Amino acid sequence: MKFHEMTAHELSALMQQGQVSAEEITRDHIKHVEQVEPSVCSMVSKTESIALDRAKEIDQKRASGEVLSPLAGIPMGIKDNISTKGVRTTCSAKMLENYIPTYDAHVMEKLHEAGGVMLGKLNMDEFAMGSSTENSRFFTTKNPWDLSCVPGGSSGGPAACVSAGEVVFSLGSDTGGSIRQPASLCGLVGLKPTYGRVSRYGLIAFASSLDQIGPFTKDVEDAALVMETIAGYDRRDSTSADVAVPRYRDYLNQDIKGMRIGVPREYFAEGLEETTVSLVKQAIKKFEDLGAIVEEISMPYTAYALAVYYIIAPAECSSNLARFDGVRYGYRDETAEDIFSMYTKTRAEGFGHEVKKRIMLGTYALSSGYYDAYYKKAQQVRTLIKQDFDRAFETYDLLLTPTAIGPAFKFGEKSQDPLSMYLSDICTVTINLAGVPALSMPCGFVNGLPVGLQLVAAPFAEGTIFKAAHAYEQATEFHKKRPVLEV
Amino acid sequence: MTQYEAVIGLEVHVELKTKTKIFCSCSTEFGKAPNSHVCPVCLGLPGVLPVLNKKVVEFGIRTGLALHADINRRNKFDRKNYYYPDLSKNFQTSQFDQPICEHGALTIDLENGEKKVIGITRAHMEEDAGKLVHNGNTISVSSGSLVDYNRVGVPLLEIVSEPDMRSAEEAKAYVDELKKIIQYIDVSDCKMEEGSLRVDANVSVRPIGQIDFGTRTETKNMNSFKALQRAIDYEIARQIETIESGGTIVQETRTWDDERGMTLSMRSKEEAHDYRYFPEPDLAPIVISEEWIEEVRRQLPELPQSRRSRLVLEDGLSLYDATVITDTLAMADFYDRVRMGIDDAKSIANLLMGDLSKSLNELGSSVDESNIDPAHVIELIRLMYDGTISGKIAKQVIPEMLKTGDMPKKIVEEKGLVQMSDEGALEAIVLSVLQENPQSVEDYKNGKDKAVGFLVGQVMKATKGKANPGLVNKLLKEKLSLN
Ligand SMILES: [Zn+2]
Repeated sequence: MKFHEMTAHELSALMQQGQVSAEEITRDHIKHVEQVEPSVCSMVSKTESIALDRAKEIDQKRASGEVLSPLAGIPMGIKDNISTKGVRTTCSAKMLENYIPTYDAHVMEKLHEAGGVMLGKLNMDEFAMGSSTENSRFFTTKNPWDLSCVPGGSSGGPAACVSAGEVVFSLGSDTGGSIRQPASLCGLVGLKPTYGRVSRYGLIAFASSLDQIGPFTKDVEDAALVMETIAGYDRRDSTSADVAVPRYRDYLNQDIKGMRIGVPREYFAEGLEETTVSLVKQAIKKFEDLGAIVEEISMPYTAYALAVYYIIAPAECSSNLARFDGVRYGYRDETAEDIFSMYTKTRAEGFGHEVKKRIMLGTYALSSGYYDAYYKKAQQVRTLIKQDFDRAFETYDLLLTPTAIGPAFKFGEKSQDPLSMYLSDICTVTINLAGVPALSMPCGFVNGLPVGLQLVAAPFAEGTIFKAAHAYEQATEFHKKRPVLEV
Repeated sequence: MTQYEAVIGLEVHVELKTKTKIFCSCSTEFGKAPNSHVCPVCLGLPGVLPVLNKKVVEFGIRTGLALHADINRRNKFDRKNYYYPDLSKNFQTSQFDQPICEHGALTIDLENGEKKVIGITRAHMEEDAGKLVHNGNTISVSSGSLVDYNRVGVPLLEIVSEPDMRSAEEAKAYVDELKKIIQYIDVSDCKMEEGSLRVDANVSVRPIGQIDFGTRTETKNMNSFKALQRAIDYEIARQIETIESGGTIVQETRTWDDERGMTLSMRSKEEAHDYRYFPEPDLAPIVISEEWIEEVRRQLPELPQSRRSRLVLEDGLSLYDATVITDTLAMADFYDRVRMGIDDAKSIANLLMGDLSKSLNELGSSVDESNIDPAHVIELIRLMYDGTISGKIAKQVIPEMLKTGDMPKKIVEEKGLVQMSDEGALEAIVLSVLQENPQSVEDYKNGKDKAVGFLVGQVMKATKGKANPGLVNKLLKEKLSLN
């Protein structure tokens, strides 16, 4: 097997055995990036030289007998909305095209400590708004399984990059499905952790009460490894939780006999493709074979989730993105002659269509006279949605649903129809509103394109997800399949 | 002619004197080089998050307790959204519908000796904005502006009164008392000129007897107590004149132009911002425990109103004296400590308000910053009581005491300032003064009593001020009546 087809735990074992150095692994990946990146287009910035320096450092440390993290020397990629000190962080936006952060996000500090080797910053929908990465202001990223299809979004770059073997794992962010949906479309494991599990310090905010950083990996064990590294309390994020981080690898290779799994019927609503339904049903059967008790349940407030999401997320975004005004950093229209025209021109040109649409939606929802009818009502319904989950987790260890309504779609297929694009988030946004953790993993293929299932747990029960996901993964072969890229 | 009455409510912003800013660990120090007290958080760089400075909440609780307000056990921050370059995030993190304090009150002393209770609607925590320097008069006509973000994130407490005041004098008394309380509880310096105390005035007028309020205006930008009073008086007069001449008052924000002595329209109600308040998603709601409140309550000093009453009722001082003594916590505490050693409130008050304050002022110092302790003053008053020194000598001792920190007794001894009370010695001096000033003796005999004063002065001069004044008077009168 080639290095760029291997997982982090496999490569780590090879390095520990002295069979390969971090530098060799890094060079192999850089070479692979050169070959496939022109067709995949997942990277906004490449950081090969920094990566090689870091890889050499890791090799020296290992040679001197230091005990290293399993992620030491592992090539990784980072979504371009996570602040990296000294490395351009654009959010795939014209507004931040030349913005270089002066500080590292909390997750970057954690990954640097662990010895991760960053090969590049990854493409996304502008400011994480979108489901196909077609909203990047720079270029579109292709799905490695079929280059005429989207990789999903908004973390299309991080998904495509791992799927194509350019990096071993990546970090994305998930506000309404932006990790899980592209993971599903690219045949990867993607986890949105519990709200508060991973510090958001340094993540350029889209919707503060929904955003979480999480990993894209080739298998469940790698997801557990990355989570052990990036999860945990950070005093700089007041919404991060002071809850101990378990050793997630302890949940692997466990028996799931007697585990109770609920399947909410509302997640199999109209619009879901038949082929996806049938693959998810086969997965349910597999869980039952493994000894889980699977029952259909009802979560009645699911029906309101999209409406609630499309009020709360734009409202928070309208305020979070107000700072991009041309005054301190980022794009500024230099032709403006007064402060008002500087604001309006800068923002009219600096933001793309989708971002402006959401800012306007959110501004409207927060306006005086509309606040009670929209934002406040949405928050009240959000509480009811959370209660749906609280009730479900009184009885069930996990919930199982589809992740996306179907496999990857063609470029342009949905971008002309925003409502169908929004509707495609139906299975994922509810999870962000409830703040619970959820993981997407492959459960089959339709015409060669991967399809994912979603496992959802109670807050801070990521371990339970890993346990079930690993058991299912060990009983199936989907995670072993890699896309064939013609280079 | 219709008689009008003014209705005034005030919004007071005080800058809290925490060491660090409200949401980051930058220093709050005033007057440093532009943009030297900034970090990613207060600059609002992409991806940063606020962390609440607990001291700000403590100061909020302390202020609430001092203003007899309810402390909301659960309160929260909201975002107030508007665009301005001095705001690094284009929203101000503030408190909207759940402030830390509500329903307080403060008592002011009116000129006629009555007391009046002014209601306090609420007090809430928020962050300050930065400072713009335009190379033109305003941002819209300037060719360029510079921004200093040092003040961004300095914690503020906005204290909103009920519309309970009826004149500029009452408004001034309210701000005066509020300032005093805040200085007593040590949460702010309240320097109006430095901007650590800012007052906006809501003013309306109505015919006396009318229950409904008239339309109000909000006036900003008063930089001194004097400006506050002038602006309110101007606004009252302007509104009455407008109504009398058949016009109507427009609800608007106005700005005080100190040079021209008038208020000017800034923006109308229609142009007012829609701040689109919503709960700050980056901060958890603030939960305040009973224990915390009790702990803060225990540390509260006795407040000005209560001190004044005590000094009047128990010590027998006049309201004026009591007010002057309690003007600052330092002086009030100093008085109390001297009072423990001397059982004569009036003498203490006279000395503290008179010669001591005068000497302190000359040094530009205050009682808590000076070299002396209450023990100095106790000893000084005792020296006057036992006749060792006169009040006149005390005037010489005080500056020396402030300069060196030496005890009064030591100064008196070293400088030979002990009062001359030896009757025989003084008699000789008195006789020689009378001999040298026959004209004054003649004047006295012709009924000019003032001549005694002159002769006393001559004796004091001859003794370098050390003669016991009572004894000199007695001896002079004896000798003059013999003549
Ligand atoms: Zn700061």
